Amino acid sequence: MSVLVNENTRVIVQGMGRAGQFHARQCMDYGTRIVGGVHPGRGGSELLGVPVFHTVREAVRAVRPSASIVFVPPPGAADAILEAVEAEIELVVCITEGIPARDMVTAAAALRGGRTRLLGPNCPGVISPGKCKLGIMPGKIHKQGGIGVVSRSGTLTYEAVGQLTALGIGQSTCIGIGGDPIIGTNFIDALSLFNEDPDTTGIIMIGEIGGTAEEAAAEFVKSNVRKPVAGFIAGATAPPGRRMGHAGAIISGGKGTAGEKKAAMEAAGIAVAPSPAELASTLAQAMQTADR
Amino acid sequence: MKIHEYQAKDILRRYNVPTPRGTVAFAVDEARAAAEELGGKVVVKAQIHAGGRGKGGGVKLAHGVEEAAAKAQAILGMPLVTPQTGPAGKIVKRLLIEEQMPIAREIYLGVVLDRAIAKPVFMASAEGGMEIEEVAAENPDAILKETIEPGRGLRPYQARRIAYALGIEGDAFDAAVQAMTALANAYEATDASLVEINPFVITHDGHAVALDAKMDFDDNAMFRHADLAELRDLDEEEPLETEAIDHGLNYIKLDGNVGCIVNGAGLAMATMDIIQYAGGMPANFLDVGGGASKDQIRNGFRIILSDPNVKAVLINIFGGILKVDVLAEGVVAAATELNIEVPIVLRLEGTNIERGRQILNDSGLDFTVAGDMKEAAEKVVALAA
Repeated sequence: MSVLVNENTRVIVQGMGRAGQFHARQCMDYGTRIVGGVHPGRGGSELLGVPVFHTVREAVRAVRPSASIVFVPPPGAADAILEAVEAEIELVVCITEGIPARDMVTAAAALRGGRTRLLGPNCPGVISPGKCKLGIMPGKIHKQGGIGVVSRSGTLTYEAVGQLTALGIGQSTCIGIGGDPIIGTNFIDALSLFNEDPDTTGIIMIGEIGGTAEEAAAEFVKSNVRKPVAGFIAGATAPPGRRMGHAGAIISGGKGTAGEKKAAMEAAGIAVAPSPAELASTLAQAMQTADR
Repeated sequence: MKIHEYQAKDILRRYNVPTPRGTVAFAVDEARAAAEELGGKVVVKAQIHAGGRGKGGGVKLAHGVEEAAAKAQAILGMPLVTPQTGPAGKIVKRLLIEEQMPIAREIYLGVVLDRAIAKPVFMASAEGGMEIEEVAAENPDAILKETIEPGRGLRPYQARRIAYALGIEGDAFDAAVQAMTALANAYEATDASLVEINPFVITHDGHAVALDAKMDFDDNAMFRHADLAELRDLDEEEPLETEAIDHGLNYIKLDGNVGCIVNGAGLAMATMDIIQYAGGMPANFLDVGGGASKDQIRNGFRIILSDPNVKAVLINIFGGILKVDVLAEGVVAAATELNIEVPIVLRLEGTNIERGRQILNDSGLDFTVAGDMKEAAEKVVALAA
């Protein structure tokens, strides 16, 4: 099994511009069931062999999607999320980087109590290897298997996946939760999905400096997760007060350091990788120890 | 984006947050004229993008026009060193000349985004003048908090709750409540990421005034605030970082000697970390973005090599969808064009790896190819030593 997406996931693409079409094509090539697109002004046309609609509501009526992937540029991205939430699409994956935080405060309010789960924004998306790729990650580095990967970073997730696959270890689902301060799905949500998924046997969790989501996740692991977890926090060498690329990666007021986060993870029994080159090997070791 | 105190106060006044009367001065003459206008009894405040200015000698009281001019003369052009500037300090090029206030009480007010609940939070503390981080560390219960619900702003009842808890009385009570709601409005309307009024003062004559002001803005929202974007002060930025922004790169200068070029923010941080783990020190953070085109690699090279400390460069690209041979061509072209002399270690992942390596080997340039991140870090640290 897998979480969030599988071979039955029916996807619409919001924002069929150049990037949207490029990545939608890649997803299709991987086997993802893209069933339509939404692009105001292009409704009634066909792109990539699927129908394009002016609005999400029209798309929902016509092609019954269970998920949406958003490539709309930053000024309109939160609006695109809100449109998908209103249409009660189960899963919305927002790839867009650079959405104003105030817009995400509004979107987060609309998500509360609703039927939609948001993944991202500013994330690579989600992939259940061999079944469905809903994102911009390179499909071919993945291998179907039992490890759940959850991370705030895109390319660092690829790094972890590359290491796992090189060791012959496959993945159940890899979830990029995104590098922004306000995100729809957090570590705890992802960990809880992996914990309940019978086919996920181990978890890699990759955090970074800024905020306290990793500390909260470590608490959750300590009291709830009964599967081996390995982790890493990027940014041990980052200077305080500086935003390290991701809008959310900033140590402010002495809070959100890599040291604090690693300590919280260790205290929760998570195997912390000594370096980012040892993400997969650290998990492999933790799983061996758990087997004994 | 950061702005100066005087700019923040200009903005706050527009949203009806009371501030002292004051004027910016770029020269001693302007400072003298401003002091005269304000009646001579003024405060001369250095304007740099760093806190702790008072402790560094950048804030002085003057009792008359000539004293104000003398203080301005002393502060303008001086390197102001504060706990936030680093040992070299920052050269003071602007002053705020402001009327003095009859201070009865100092309070801390702040608005920030609470990431955990995805809403802004309004904070207040009776310990005005103290850094909020210190209060949080020593006495977290002393920080009063009110959540700002989206679309509602800080409601008057919430501001009253804070004013009561702070024990504000008399005429100042209504003034403080009005100022607090206005402050929250200013935060929301300007897409601020941080507003801090430290101190917010209650005066002997019953006024509530923002004596200091700090505003940072969400860079992602600047597209809808052309007026605010103009307030950017390039003198306050590291020139290389400014150049990087102009090229759509994310660069932060650090103190080590191993330059790095990486795609993706998380991998870029992890690359810095593994350089340190291998016994070296990174010279920079540089995220060239997911695409890593030839132009981006070239601009990245130029920027990191402008730092004379850089003794070797590590390029760590997890391409995935990118083709390594195309990437390698870009690296070779950039290195040749820029006549790069420091050793370069590459770790490239993606499709067509073999062809990529061939291109690098055939180039005749000083490239070392590494199979993984660890090997790459060890090699580059050895070369930089």
